[in-house]
Amino acid sequence: MSELIEKLKQDIHYIEGMNSCMNCGVCTAICPAAEFYNYDPRTIVESVQRNDEETIRTLIHSDMIWYCGECMSCKTRCPRGNTPGLIIMALRKLAQDEGTFVHSEKGRQQYALKRVIDTHILERGYCVTPDLVKPEMHPEQGPVWEWVYDHMDDVMERVHANFRKPGEGALREIDAESMDELHKIFDVTGGTAFLQNIQTCSEKKAAETGTDMEDYFLHTYTDNNGSHA
Amino acid sequence: MELLGKEQIWKEYQKEIADNNYFYARSCIRQTFFPGSEWVYLDILRNKLHKNVIDDPRHTTCTGIGYHSDVVPIETIMTVVARHFALMTEAGYENLTPSCITSFGIYTEILDTWEHHPEIEEKIREYLYKATRREFKKPRNLAHTSDIIYKFRNEIASQILHPLKNIHTGRPLKVVDHIGCHYAKMFPSKGIGGAEFPAVLTGMIEAWGGEPIDYPERRHCCGFGFRNYLVMANRGFSVANSKKKFESMQPYEPDFIVANCPGCAMFLDKWQYTISEMEGITYGANGYGIPVLTYEEMAALVLGYDPWDIGLQMHQVAVEPLLDKMGIPYDPDKKYCNSRGESLGAPKCPTYLKIK
Repeated sequence: MSELIEKLKQDIHYIEGMNSCMNCGVCTAICPAAEFYNYDPRTIVESVQRNDEETIRTLIHSDMIWYCGECMSCKTRCPRGNTPGLIIMALRKLAQDEGTFVHSEKGRQQYALKRVIDTHILERGYCVTPDLVKPEMHPEQGPVWEWVYDHMDDVMERVHANFRKPGEGALREIDAESMDELHKIFDVTGGTAFLQNIQTCSEKKAAETGTDMEDYFLHTYTDNNGSHA
Repeated sequence: MELLGKEQIWKEYQKEIADNNYFYARSCIRQTFFPGSEWVYLDILRNKLHKNVIDDPRHTTCTGIGYHSDVVPIETIMTVVARHFALMTEAGYENLTPSCITSFGIYTEILDTWEHHPEIEEKIREYLYKATRREFKKPRNLAHTSDIIYKFRNEIASQILHPLKNIHTGRPLKVVDHIGCHYAKMFPSKGIGGAEFPAVLTGMIEAWGGEPIDYPERRHCCGFGFRNYLVMANRGFSVANSKKKFESMQPYEPDFIVANCPGCAMFLDKWQYTISEMEGITYGANGYGIPVLTYEEMAALVLGYDPWDIGLQMHQVAVEPLLDKMGIPYDPDKKYCNSRGESLGAPKCPTYLKIK
């Protein structure tokens, strides 16, 4: 009957983030996402606080839980010590565990994020490296970045980086043993299974619409139906 | 009496910062966009301040960008961080200094969660041992790398070659600081000055001769928002938040922006280009942007490092107007050269944003 609520209440982000909301709205006043999107953290916290299973179910199918930028400005300001940003993290975890994230445009972006970030963590040992920031995917980076990208080895050497080489220094290659430990940590802690679930749910969604995974990735990376702000 | 009272209140906004022997944790974003900053930070610590700091090549990402994009579960990031603690412990260190603000926030959050829930710490110790056979002690002191520079700001001031002053007018440079949300908004007591009275960068600015600018949107997020930048479809969120800050700071005519967080430094630099292309707007004088520095770059410039040696050629907003104000010598012909002095050609010019 209250399966989702019980799962939510076991999440450490929920435990740490949810005390007792008095609906003052300070979180919404300070929230950068509320300023930009059709988004109101106050109503999310209020909804979750009501312990209504159907409300939680609706939320985890919706775009609403994916607008927050996790800046955690709300944590500083809440007079009751709540952290709406942590509650959002718990709802996002639930949406992915339950596979409901594929039902919203913003939720489907978890596939793009998995591809962009986790692939990199597991292949290179970093969330970001310069060769990941391809100018065609990042036009906002401008012509200087394009210049850096086109002369990567020379520029990185000039500014004392140790780009993709063993030993100390910025951007060094992570050794094989350390990469192996990173992979084992993902396996042991459930990180690998979590990613596999995003992959499986996304493949199923792509199959429903007859989209191959490369196109699906591009859709999740670039689609914006204009209804969010 | 009033001063004593203020001093008493201010005590709540101080933090303990170790004075030597640091285990350095690199930043994915800082080393990608500002690798010269990470190099010069270590050079300043070792050769100007004579401190002991270790850069362990086995140290990986903390996975923080994945965690805050909700594709890395908390048990996973906690165990990756526990491995960092293990590397620090094995090396005989107990003072951890992350270069990244997101990592700093994550280390702080994890230690705080373990305080509230020791059973989670125990579970993570088991995970780490199972995955790597490693064990760890928690850091005795956790300080962001900027905290270390703040602690030794007066020692740096005693070695200054180029103070933060306009050599043509003699006036202090007007500086906008940006400390980054995850430095102090989550755990205000862990940041110097807390979230309300950001002091880590203004302490440096004042010690080195500049004048901090307090402007309305000083504490507003730069707009990174993790998924809100990493996914192309969401980048309007990111640029809109930076634009809000630029519009709020522009009337104060800042000479430059200095940022604590590497992501913020990158966005505040690059979004000025994007906004100029989208709307033809520039925020500095005479069609230039407002130069953006990392705090390591600011420290390096006042100490007399060569601008191209620390990577200022990687910035989209031209730094030359600032260098000219400070009287810092530089060779324009060497800006776009490799280590052997060979020209790599110049980047294309933006449509509106002046770069030379």
